[in-house]
Amino acid sequence: MAINYNIPEYDVLRDPQRCIACRVCERQCANEVHSFDPDSGTMKSDESKCVNCHRCVALCPTHALKIVKNPDTFRLNAYWGQNDISEIYRQAETGGMLLSSMGNPKPYPIYWDKILINASQVTNPSIDPLREPMETRTFLGKKPGAIERNPDGSIKTDSLPPQLKLEVPILFSAMSYGSISYNAHQSLARAAQELGTYYNTGEGGLHEDFYKYGPNTIVQVASGRFGVHHDYLEAGAAIEIKIGQGAKPGIGGHLTGAKITDAVSRTRMIPKGTDAISPAPHHDIYSIEDLRQLVYSLKEATEYKKPIIVKIAAVHNVAAIASGIARSGADIIAIDGFRGGTGAAPTRIRDNVGIPIELALAAVDERLRQEQIRSNVSLIVAGGIRNSADVVKAIALGADAVYIATPALIALGCHLCRTCQIGKCNWGIATQRPDLVKRLNPDIGYKRLMNLVSAWQHEIMEMMGGMGINSIEAMRGNRLMLRGVGLNEKELEILGIKHAGE
Amino acid sequence: MQNEGEIRIPSGCAITGVISKSGERFSGETAIRSIEPMHDRSNGLGGGFAAYGIYPQNRDLYAFHVFYDSARAKEECEQVLQTSFDVTVAEKIPTRKMPQITDEPAIWRYFCLPYEKLLQSTGLDEREFVSRFVVKINTQIRGAYVFSSGKNMGVFKAVGFPEDVGRYYRLEDYEGYCWTAHGRYPTNTPGWWGGAHPFNLLDYTVVHNGEISSYDANRRFIEMFGYRCTLLTDTEVITYIIDYLNRRQGMSLEETADVIAAPFWSEIDAMDEADRKKFTYLRNVYSSMLITGPFSILLGFTGGMMALNDRLKLRSMVVGEKGDRVYVASEECAIRTVAPELDRLWSPRGGEPVIIQVNEGVRI
Amino acid sequence: MKRVYVNEEWCLGCHLCEYNCAFAATGETDMAKALKGVTIHPKIQIEENNRISFAVSCRHCDDPICVKSCIAGAISKTDGVVHVDKSKCVGCYTCILVCPYGAVMPAPDGHAIQKCELCTDNACGEPACVKGCPNGAIVFEER
Repeated sequence: MAINYNIPEYDVLRDPQRCIACRVCERQCANEVHSFDPDSGTMKSDESKCVNCHRCVALCPTHALKIVKNPDTFRLNAYWGQNDISEIYRQAETGGMLLSSMGNPKPYPIYWDKILINASQVTNPSIDPLREPMETRTFLGKKPGAIERNPDGSIKTDSLPPQLKLEVPILFSAMSYGSISYNAHQSLARAAQELGTYYNTGEGGLHEDFYKYGPNTIVQVASGRFGVHHDYLEAGAAIEIKIGQGAKPGIGGHLTGAKITDAVSRTRMIPKGTDAISPAPHHDIYSIEDLRQLVYSLKEATEYKKPIIVKIAAVHNVAAIASGIARSGADIIAIDGFRGGTGAAPTRIRDNVGIPIELALAAVDERLRQEQIRSNVSLIVAGGIRNSADVVKAIALGADAVYIATPALIALGCHLCRTCQIGKCNWGIATQRPDLVKRLNPDIGYKRLMNLVSAWQHEIMEMMGGMGINSIEAMRGNRLMLRGVGLNEKELEILGIKHAGE
Repeated sequence: MQNEGEIRIPSGCAITGVISKSGERFSGETAIRSIEPMHDRSNGLGGGFAAYGIYPQNRDLYAFHVFYDSARAKEECEQVLQTSFDVTVAEKIPTRKMPQITDEPAIWRYFCLPYEKLLQSTGLDEREFVSRFVVKINTQIRGAYVFSSGKNMGVFKAVGFPEDVGRYYRLEDYEGYCWTAHGRYPTNTPGWWGGAHPFNLLDYTVVHNGEISSYDANRRFIEMFGYRCTLLTDTEVITYIIDYLNRRQGMSLEETADVIAAPFWSEIDAMDEADRKKFTYLRNVYSSMLITGPFSILLGFTGGMMALNDRLKLRSMVVGEKGDRVYVASEECAIRTVAPELDRLWSPRGGEPVIIQVNEGVRI
Repeated sequence: MKRVYVNEEWCLGCHLCEYNCAFAATGETDMAKALKGVTIHPKIQIEENNRISFAVSCRHCDDPICVKSCIAGAISKTDGVVHVDKSKCVGCYTCILVCPYGAVMPAPDGHAIQKCELCTDNACGEPACVKGCPNGAIVFEER
């Protein structure tokens, strides 16, 4: 047997005083960490297989389990970290690219945490959302530059380009059926419907059972064009052209054949068991004018009744790209920051490509205003929104709404173990294995999603009220409501905010 | 300490306004007396008046009122002015020396019209040309500030209590059919004459009491349309929004009010279909011009005046009527001082505009 | 009448219901103390084969055959719940033979039978299997 150079990342601690050998951990671990020893009547564990998803910990009825970082270390080195060494061992063993999932976990600056929100004192009153209306409704879509009037002088209201109406400025971001499970999709769809917002199919098509959620669905057209056909385009409330994804800007996607089950194959319109590979670019979009053609092709196909979203990853010249998109006929631009999640991405790309969404958003919003085309498009930002304060900060920086995906998955049970790519999600989310998929009961899932978004909505309303603002639109781009802490001049300049104390 | 334009300065205030529906002109003394009892709503850091119908002899000419900090600023401004405008009259605005008013800039008045040929070559309509010219002077010539730029109307403002400012400018010598006045209570300012209210663009003037919470959302939006918010005050941004909606978008004043103090969604959702569609459209398309936070504003314009409260009515404002005169003020005392007996007195609801125009056919 | 219903679609076969049932019967407050080293005899039991699993417990039938079959009059139905009076049970196990669901079983002491009584016979208050099911596969509801 070859030498195993690596050490397990985690240690499974089992309190023998508490363990009653009920074997729930064993039954629930798809990674087969736990096993029962009939001779001793006790549980054993193989921690080398543990991904720290916490399924066993959450289900252990006697709280006998703890997963901790393995205290075993390589010789400490301020430059060569444990991870650096481990990854080299893995690559030396396999010769392969490293794969990871979910968002960039590296300690890059988190600008959200260096921005603080204002509140009213004395000179104007704060508003109590329990007593006064507090409005979070917003519309996404192109706004006309001038009003038109009917012959009787009344305002022509039906000439408005197609809009998405959101009761709360939070949408569920794109996650494809295939990368996540049927039950996860159903939970998202039902929650979006109940909340008066939208979920996004991602690039894997729309399962036939979910067409009924169409009015609350954004259907995605990505470079692989999986599951794209006329009825699919017609089914959604909006169509999103996915150019890039924050977790892996510049590259496509790869869903392994193992995840292409019967239903996934039918939905994606590809043969069962074959790998689903999305090309890095759209092979009909090699330039901005090509994008315009696709935007108008989709508009033609749906009779100009649906807004077209163009989603891009936040890369260095995002502002210029957004400006091009705003002139391409797109109605909405979605920008996905480098913290955005993924079901699988090359680790090096996930951890090193792209820029923080806070800076990208600030740059794009300002650029579109400078070019006087901000009203041509609405802005949705994605990739790293963690809580309602992040939402408030994003909107005050200039976003119309935010996409959330990681928080939605966490609400469904995801513990960010970041091993979606292996397809053995113990929480029934990022898997197609029927025995695992059934672990996510959508009756429970959609309520948890609703709870999450409603809770955030209440918090947003409280923060708005504190600022003396009673409509979300009056917060949009209201950067005076933000102050930076511990940011340098350049960062403040890009964010377009003052430092605290100024 | 930072001046207006370098920092945003919120302020509380007193406002008052009087209009004669028959277009009868009356002296500025009425406006001075009306604002006087609200002395405590100001703190001596700014007062001002807008008067309509005061220049009948020059009614077709733009009346520019300009503050100059230096002779150089005046020279530079006049040079620019003369290249674009035919200036008929250039004169110092008469003032009265008073111990309460100090640090006066040079205050000049010009009656002028843009050169016809130049105007044609720009392809702009006259008002748009003039508004751009004013924005240009105010943003590009240091030490020069055009604080009034309409026809047959004028703004008079200074650092001081409003009643002193009125007497300083000898407003008892002017007669107009509509007057608005403002006393300012800024929370931190060294006091700059240009920062006092009313704020003006063309013949629009705004006096405002409040502190709007939507300020930066409004500012960043309106600046897309060529406006430059140089003072960073609420009044300035409100004026630009009204100018944009009313003049440039051709909306009625009611529609303008429906945008800036829009009804709540809960109210809109309960409207009949036609209204629901209209209000939904206005809120959707002009969402960035919704103004939140407390305000009561008096918009003056040629031939009329509009009073508007924020949609929650977080600031006091009352309206009184006596004969052909209509009075609007922050406090009832301001009205009773000049019109003790009223035919009617009421407090308009939040978001409900009160628009008073001189009777049709009256030459003003 | 609220009863325990099981939805096979969401049953994970984790067997937690069995442990929660057994724990509820002990009257203890600490599951580790109550069940450590103990062979459990739950009144709800998981049936599983291949990928299908579901929990089985007493249906509290409208016309319970176990009640009819009891030779000692130890089983009765009151307020919709089928009860066993262990002091009357003679341990003949006829009820076990007749129950079409396999929901009646010998009690651990071997002298009487036991069956689910919807946790009316312990301090749990509501069925422990329902409360502890991690996936909403066991519900206690009116149908």
